[in-house]
Amino acid sequence: MLTLYIAPLLGGIVIGLTSGGLYLLMGEIAGITGIARSAIIGPSRGWQMAFIAGLLASGGIAALMLGGDFTAGIEGIPLPVLALAGLLVGLGTDLGNGCTSGHGVCGLSRLSLRSLAAVGLFMVSAGLTVFLLRHGGF
Amino acid sequence: MRLAIGFVTGLLFGFGLLLAGMTSPDKVRAFLDIAGAWDPSLAFVMGGAVMTAMPLFALARRRAKPVAGALFDRPSTTMIDRKLVIGSLTFGIGWGLAGICPGPALVALAIVPSQTLAFVIPMIAGLMVSAAWRRSASGSGVEALQH
Repeated sequence: MLTLYIAPLLGGIVIGLTSGGLYLLMGEIAGITGIARSAIIGPSRGWQMAFIAGLLASGGIAALMLGGDFTAGIEGIPLPVLALAGLLVGLGTDLGNGCTSGHGVCGLSRLSLRSLAAVGLFMVSAGLTVFLLRHGGF
Repeated sequence: MRLAIGFVTGLLFGFGLLLAGMTSPDKVRAFLDIAGAWDPSLAFVMGGAVMTAMPLFALARRRAKPVAGALFDRPSTTMIDRKLVIGSLTFGIGWGLAGICPGPALVALAIVPSQTLAFVIPMIAGLMVSAAWRRSASGSGVEALQH
């Protein structure tokens, strides 16, 4: 019961420290959408590629050294569903210019109304999607 | 220096996502399933992150420039326009479908590569298609991209 809430809280604190730290140190927003877009399309690529290498390394270290099922549920998702979800996430985050990290963590911390609107919108459409899939008879 | 900071913050960000449970589609969809067996624990991720980051962003507002950089990225767009609305709604549908958002997708890539690639390749394709479409729609080659 305790770990059910403590681990997410601690994880959130680490994410918050990292996002705030990146901003204080380099003045950059830790939004994965913007970072991935810069790393892939440019114009600036350097630290963004290093950040993505760090993300990949965290997964690699977890897989090699840490026990536990970090990706519980991913094996059960049919490949076409994963592909469609990925496509919608890519299109949506680029068009909306942010995801859970950029609009969520950084935007809300900066008290941005635009980010608050984005978070409200994607929470509602994500919740509705899960509702229709699980309770809507699909 | 910027490369080292980038790598270390990416690594820590990834550990944060792993510790938080954000890399588990089961956990994310249980959080989004308010009408079912709702698991509210992921609300603590956003709560903990915003609570921690907010004072750091406030501190940054009082500085002229970052510790190891020339200027702060201060997103100036405040418009809640059609792109933001359609984009955010579309992202939410994808997030609800698989329970995976961009950060956790890149972390999971190193844990279950084959399954995660089926998500990440279309995600990158979607990002590139949308970026190209925005460029052509805006007429000019560059468009201000702000949060």
